[in-house]
Amino acid sequence: MDDLLARLVTDLDGSFVDLVQMHQDLVFGVALRVVGDGASAEDVAQEAFARAYQALKSYPAERISELKPRPWLAQIALNLARNHVRSRRLHTELDDVANRVPSVEDGPVRLAERREDRRMWARLLAGLPDRYRLAVALRHVEGLSYEDLSVTLSRPVGSVKSDVHRGVALLRAAYDGEQRVAAQKEAV
Amino acid sequence: MAVTDEQVIAGLESLRTTATVGFTERVADRLRLGDAYVQVDGPIGPLFVAYGARGISLVERVADAGEFEEEFLATFGRPVHRVDRAPELIQRVIEARVWGRPGQQVKVPLELDQLPDFERQVLLKVLEIPRGEVRPYAWVAAELGRPLAVRAVGNAVARNPIPFIIPCHRVVRSDGRIGNYGAGGPTAKRAVLESEGLDTSEMERLPAKGVRFIGSETTHIYCYPSCRNARRITDEHRVPFRSVEETRRVGYRACRVCRPVDAPFRAA
Repeated sequence: MDDLLARLVTDLDGSFVDLVQMHQDLVFGVALRVVGDGASAEDVAQEAFARAYQALKSYPAERISELKPRPWLAQIALNLARNHVRSRRLHTELDDVANRVPSVEDGPVRLAERREDRRMWARLLAGLPDRYRLAVALRHVEGLSYEDLSVTLSRPVGSVKSDVHRGVALLRAAYDGEQRVAAQKEAV
Repeated sequence: MAVTDEQVIAGLESLRTTATVGFTERVADRLRLGDAYVQVDGPIGPLFVAYGARGISLVERVADAGEFEEEFLATFGRPVHRVDRAPELIQRVIEARVWGRPGQQVKVPLELDQLPDFERQVLLKVLEIPRGEVRPYAWVAAELGRPLAVRAVGNAVARNPIPFIIPCHRVVRSDGRIGNYGAGGPTAKRAVLESEGLDTSEMERLPAKGVRFIGSETTHIYCYPSCRNARRITDEHRVPFRSVEETRRVGYRACRVCRPVDAPFRAA
């Protein structure tokens, strides 16, 4: 059994912070993919860990020792993020997610270019149908394995795999489409 | 030229982000998992006692809670929050160390990782000095195998982040003077020692007459005056000594409990 899982069983309060440390980027990233802005992602990610803590408190030892932390936490974050978006939709329209790519404190020109690039990929990703967008983001942005992805989304591996492939193909097409439009504009 | 899967995936990977700075600390704080501190009674007034997963980390006499929290943050680089009651183990350790309440001997969990090696060794040695007894700085130095490092011991003791739990008030000068005390000066130091049942005026009177050790005429063993074995010697059998040299001349041996030593130089 994983050393951290063993410590979560015997000393939850003493070791939970290590779990947070290890998986905070994933949980924050999943939240950000769904809610779109850093402040909401922070709230959702914090809430996700709070829920995880409560859950671990109530789980029997065997259940904790068999836990796969990455997909488990990703799933908690995903559900909370979806709820967050749902409740927000009732109040406001979603802003353009693509314009809220979290800004890394980048420096001058080259980095500006890279930021442009990132912004474009975020926009293209945001344009995918829900089903593909999430699968692609969890696999290639957050780096979950197909197995973890299948647990997170509660769907068979084969099905998430084909969604990811299909999503990447759609992104490729969208990118090529944009390039063509841009080229035509220049030609006119 | 059409874009490849690899390029798409590289583009997606560039979107990966990290959680905001301080995220872990905020979660820990929210779940009350980080470091906490309690207010407890101490021998000369209430104390703040901070503790975390590794053990007790900072103790101070109660003044301003905000300042205590700031000092904690500055020392350990993480926040501390106030709680009403410490967990059982910490509570027991405080009772045992500060008040001498008997219980099973509990190992004292302490966070001293942030200190240099020598300072940590000094403080762990000081932890061994029994309640109601005192030892000179020179004793700590000798016990650590660095008999000349008396001044370094003094500095380490002065910087003790965990007073009362680590009894730096039980470390005194070899010449019997009470020495400095970070938690309120010599007066406070006397008061803490008195609260442990030590007669400090007696303690200071002996060395003023040049007496460093007390021997027993019946056992031919000599001790520091506050050693529990020295205190058992009846008045008619007490033999005062000024130095180890004197004890040797009459064939006395050192007590195995308090392991008395001479100061390396008289000034210490």
